[in-house]
Amino acid sequence: MAPNVVLVTGVSRFLGGHLAARLAADPSIERVLGVDTVPPPRDLLRRMGRAEFVRADIRNPLITKVIGSARVDTVVHASVTANPAGPTGRTAMKEMNVIGTMQLLAACQRSAVVRRLVIKSTSAVYGASSRDPAMFTEDMAPKELPSSGYAKDAVEVEGYVRGFARRRPDVAVTTLRFTNFIGPRIDTVLTRYFALPIVPTVLGYDARMQLLHSEDALAVMERATQHDLPGVFNVGGDGVLMLSQAIRRAGRVALPVPSMAVPTVGRLVRSARLVDFSPDQMRFLNFGRVVDTTLLQRDFGFTPRWTTTQAFDDYVSGRALRPTIDADTLAAAERSILDFAARIPIR
Amino acid sequence: MPDARVIPLHADRPVPRTTTPSRPRMEQVPPPADTTGATPAETSPLWERRLADTLAFLRRRITGDYQVDEFGFDRELTDNVMMPLLRPLYEKWFRVETIGLHNVPSDSGALLVANHSGTLPMDSVMTAVAVHEHHPANRHLRMLGADLVFRTPMLSSIARKTGQTLACNPDAERLLRGGELVGVWPEGFKGVGKPYKDRYKLQRFGRGGFVSAALRTRTPIIPVSIVGAEEIYPKIGEIKLIARLFGLPYFPVTPTFPLLGPLGAVPLPSKWYIEFGEPIRTDQYEPGAAEDPMLVFNLTDQVRETIQQTLYRLLTQRRNVWLG
Repeated sequence: MAPNVVLVTGVSRFLGGHLAARLAADPSIERVLGVDTVPPPRDLLRRMGRAEFVRADIRNPLITKVIGSARVDTVVHASVTANPAGPTGRTAMKEMNVIGTMQLLAACQRSAVVRRLVIKSTSAVYGASSRDPAMFTEDMAPKELPSSGYAKDAVEVEGYVRGFARRRPDVAVTTLRFTNFIGPRIDTVLTRYFALPIVPTVLGYDARMQLLHSEDALAVMERATQHDLPGVFNVGGDGVLMLSQAIRRAGRVALPVPSMAVPTVGRLVRSARLVDFSPDQMRFLNFGRVVDTTLLQRDFGFTPRWTTTQAFDDYVSGRALRPTIDADTLAAAERSILDFAARIPIR
Repeated sequence: MPDARVIPLHADRPVPRTTTPSRPRMEQVPPPADTTGATPAETSPLWERRLADTLAFLRRRITGDYQVDEFGFDRELTDNVMMPLLRPLYEKWFRVETIGLHNVPSDSGALLVANHSGTLPMDSVMTAVAVHEHHPANRHLRMLGADLVFRTPMLSSIARKTGQTLACNPDAERLLRGGELVGVWPEGFKGVGKPYKDRYKLQRFGRGGFVSAALRTRTPIIPVSIVGAEEIYPKIGEIKLIARLFGLPYFPVTPTFPLLGPLGAVPLPSKWYIEFGEPIRTDQYEPGAAEDPMLVFNLTDQVRETIQQTLYRLLTQRRNVWLG
């Protein structure tokens, strides 16, 4: 059944905002409400077209009124985020993620009209450790529960969502566990990390990374909003890039740091306002993580258009990253060496 | 020089070449304009083609233009760097002889189960070389390693890149379902770190996790018996304190280590035999068989007994540790 009135949280960020814009472009949807604490940037607001922006805090019980009075039938919770708003944003981010979700779910539980709930979660709920299996399926539990940061928030959020699904079995709940986003338009910790001219890595480890193009992420969210597809799904692009390989593809230079010095370097990079890493993201860059997307393709009915490698290449070319090591220079050097070799009369 | 100007007008009738046109012909070509180095002509000498290949390989590595699978297995790196490095050790140092390599399938999944020995897991590396270099299908052995391997810096990334993964049932089953050859050493540290006096005595075979993986994926189990690996680093003692300090399962003392320092890391040149036994089929059991502990125990014992018997047989045939 197609949704009538959709409420999207976190519309001043990339995923929520662009999703609201896509939904607003669909004439079969009567109303699209976007909620966030800060208004979206102007260009995003323009894109959102007929979608209405409601400046509200989902941590406030007021959200119940919004859902009730607008007769919202589909709620898309896209505001759970890994990117803190500012230098002091980490505590606020946790508040927003966990308390916000609790309030939103409470409001949904009150409403008799809500019949579909889409949650943007993350594959970070699987943690990252040396004892991980090569690929996580949806039914696997993390080897070590994430102890802090975004991953822990997401684990708690998913816990509340499971509780909600038990209490309201009539609501179709879709939980989407996204791998890291990448793309020319989106701004995340990872896109800022690869834009560093010298990229610090953990010495002696090479993480396996699975990425998802931001456009694919939007398409998945849109599909989940428009169709009844209850369940938990891993969402990620096909294939794997090694961290070292990704750095090379971006033409960056890796700086391996002994694992003992990693926290110090992380703090330095953060205090220089370059990239704000949380400990669980550092664990991801140490051990990596790959998820099995069989359920996404078979039951959810979606195959990402970009593979991990294609998504990453699109990011590199879209951002016009000036490579430190240029592929063309290398190819030219290779040619000149071979030209020279051809002239040496050794047979 | 009339020979160089010949233009074949009758293309259907090949002009018989009278002289070998190696040197004079090449010198007629104006060097800078015509030779586009990236695609060396057929006529260019072997070393030039090798150089071109090497440079192209290096360029692909530097620009990240290669593929890895979900496990982090880097086929190109394994084939071009790792295997050539190990080949001399396999052929010249241990002079490994394989028996029954035809028992390893060419295009389907199988679980290779072997005895573990030698203080350092050189036996697993050599088995992988045997399967890759001497099997007609040049298959890659995907081995299951202890989590210590994936916790240790350097070792963890090398292990992933050469196709190894953590010894756990989801990974083993995923590889077997994908039709890969999976290698497992169920004795683990108990086997590889046993004292020299216990050589060729199989230790306990874990909890039979490998058997249930084979049963669930209905792939055959191939018992592999390795003779010679016990003698490479004869472990005559251990230092518990250092092992505990670094979180290692053991810190070995061999006749040369730590007495001679880094020189003690040179393995003794024993002569090796690797026998790949008859496959044990698992596809005649019903689907739920992996849930039957008795069957799993029995199969585990059967595999263990087969390997132990083969080891004894190979040992009676061996006349000398170093010469075979």
